[in-house]
Amino acid sequence: MYGYHGKYLRINLTEGTVKVEKLDLDLAKKWIGGRGLGTKFFVDEVDPKVDALSPENKLIAVTGPMTGTTAPTGGRYMVVTKSPLTGTIASSNSGGYWGAELKFAGYDMIIVEGRSEKPVYVMIEDDKVEIRDASHVWGKVTSDATRTLMKEVPEKSRVMTIGPAGEKQSLMAAVMNEESRAAGRSGVGAVMGSKNLKAVTVRGTQKVAVSDEAGLKEVIKTCNTKIRENGVTGQGLPAYGTAVLVNIINENGAFPTNNFQSSQFATAEQISGELMAEKYLVKKDPCYRCPIACGRYTKVDDIEGGGPEYETIWAFGGDCGVDDMGAIIKANYWCNEMGLDTISTGTTIAAAMELKQKGLLDGEDLGGLPLEFGSAEAIVEWTKKIGMREGLGDKMADGSYRLCDAFGVPELSMSVKKQELPAYDPRGIQGQGLSYATSNRGGCHVRGYMISPEILGLPEKLDRFALEDKAPWTKIFQDFTAFIDSSGLCLFTSFAMGAPDYAALFNAIVGTDLDGNGVLEAGERIYNLERVFNLEAGITPSEDTLPKRLLEDAIAEGPSKGFVNELSKMLPEYYQLRGWGTDGVPSKERKDQLGV
Amino acid sequence: MQIKVRLFATLREGRGKELSKDYPEGISPGGVIQDLEIPEEEVAILLVNGRDGRLDQVLEEGDTVSIFPPVGGG
Repeated sequence: MYGYHGKYLRINLTEGTVKVEKLDLDLAKKWIGGRGLGTKFFVDEVDPKVDALSPENKLIAVTGPMTGTTAPTGGRYMVVTKSPLTGTIASSNSGGYWGAELKFAGYDMIIVEGRSEKPVYVMIEDDKVEIRDASHVWGKVTSDATRTLMKEVPEKSRVMTIGPAGEKQSLMAAVMNEESRAAGRSGVGAVMGSKNLKAVTVRGTQKVAVSDEAGLKEVIKTCNTKIRENGVTGQGLPAYGTAVLVNIINENGAFPTNNFQSSQFATAEQISGELMAEKYLVKKDPCYRCPIACGRYTKVDDIEGGGPEYETIWAFGGDCGVDDMGAIIKANYWCNEMGLDTISTGTTIAAAMELKQKGLLDGEDLGGLPLEFGSAEAIVEWTKKIGMREGLGDKMADGSYRLCDAFGVPELSMSVKKQELPAYDPRGIQGQGLSYATSNRGGCHVRGYMISPEILGLPEKLDRFALEDKAPWTKIFQDFTAFIDSSGLCLFTSFAMGAPDYAALFNAIVGTDLDGNGVLEAGERIYNLERVFNLEAGITPSEDTLPKRLLEDAIAEGPSKGFVNELSKMLPEYYQLRGWGTDGVPSKERKDQLGV
Repeated sequence: MQIKVRLFATLREGRGKELSKDYPEGISPGGVIQDLEIPEEEVAILLVNGRDGRLDQVLEEGDTVSIFPPVGGG
């Protein structure tokens, strides 16, 4: 068996049992791994109508066949569950080293079921797996929990943990690993918290067997050359990290500002990647076997740690009207410590700022804290309040949709399917709007990164305001991404690598004969499986939409002035290309063709 | 005529962030790039007043030209 170990752990926290089960290799090859394989297991085992925070929901941490191999960036894993934030299938990806270590321990994934009566953590050391008491780390922030556990688990273990936000079941809670890496989105940390599972530590000493050692070396050489010679992966990301996007998106007038009330931030230079490199960067902070090394490690005053990423800088910066990079670094730090998704946390604070601006928060106890757009103190302090569910932070911890809905103005939540939108205004980038609206986990940029063709010109430049061709491009990006998310590699490799490169890696590792089209077909199969789950979970196609503001209120100033997102002109073609019928439901023929 | 040039990432090295320069009528972004001694292969994204620009388009008084090397993220 190559690429996969062919076994996984089933951990039942209600019963306190751990079982090693055999993985069906044909099933694995069909669903690849990671997002695809995790979703297949989840869909087969869990009722789509399940309450996401009940013991009946399951949490799957799953690697891909390339995880733990020598393939570039092969350290990624997915957390698959039903999202308590969106009610959709959730799969949140994380880098760092935990995923590769799970593979070294001899497992392709772990399935966590039930709920423990008391806080526990799981210790994995190759064949030895124990469910242990975690009462001494319950309540601890991410770094403290990680360092405390490191003293009692085998040396060189990797720690995946939740922070206080996950324990308190914030719907924006992340699953953290290596202190600053996050399976960030869709509230997967809340599911872990609902199971009374604080952490999973893992240490392994095994190798991942590959089908064709010599062939793999050659393919990796080719891929590494492409990564090195590509301007984005070879120069831009290594030099500045993702933060370099601040100026690009802002220059295009598509940098949402003050909760998407405008689309260009006058002082963006103050929170740019260039400024971060000049004033705050300590060192690079790369993941397992990554030749790109986009991860940053920054320091301000007495606070230091991993990040911040572009999305984080935008969420706490432009979207909250804050141009204080030091404060953004601190807010990012507290998100890591509390175990919070930085996109949803920053944008929920931005939504609260608009509630305050509109006079809707009168009478609410703000505990003397500011909540005005532009307040550096607000982004740091409210992040802590959200993590601890204190004061208004308790309501904010459930995300911007539920917060704004509680004040009778759900339309002020800049979200899709209740998950907060990331850092690109779809009024100025039309295809990205279609991608947001049709993402299977709600508001998200990494399910079909249309920024690549519409802004960066990769693999070719599209007119960002044009509507034609956006549906086929979005579909291809979504399907391609679903494969990469399943492989165990980082999505950023796709700036330099194409579908045939992933097929070549997959074949050398697993021993198959997939081609570029097979990569896209596997991705499309996964996309449809997720769609079918969401429909069965009660998420109707009417939710394939964008916030009213982005569909009706034209951008008032800047290079994108005068535009709204023209979703209704792109969506019918998209449904047609997917074989979903005019009602957005996958046809039986399409499902049969794909084997869903 | 006055043209504002905004440079980003590595293109700032030795050139600065923002220049306001006097250019003859008919100048294009290609001419500006040549004047600033930026190798053409280092120009990945070119904007004129925040919109997609072309190397050969004729610039007008007061235009802003933004130039980025190959960069990206997510």
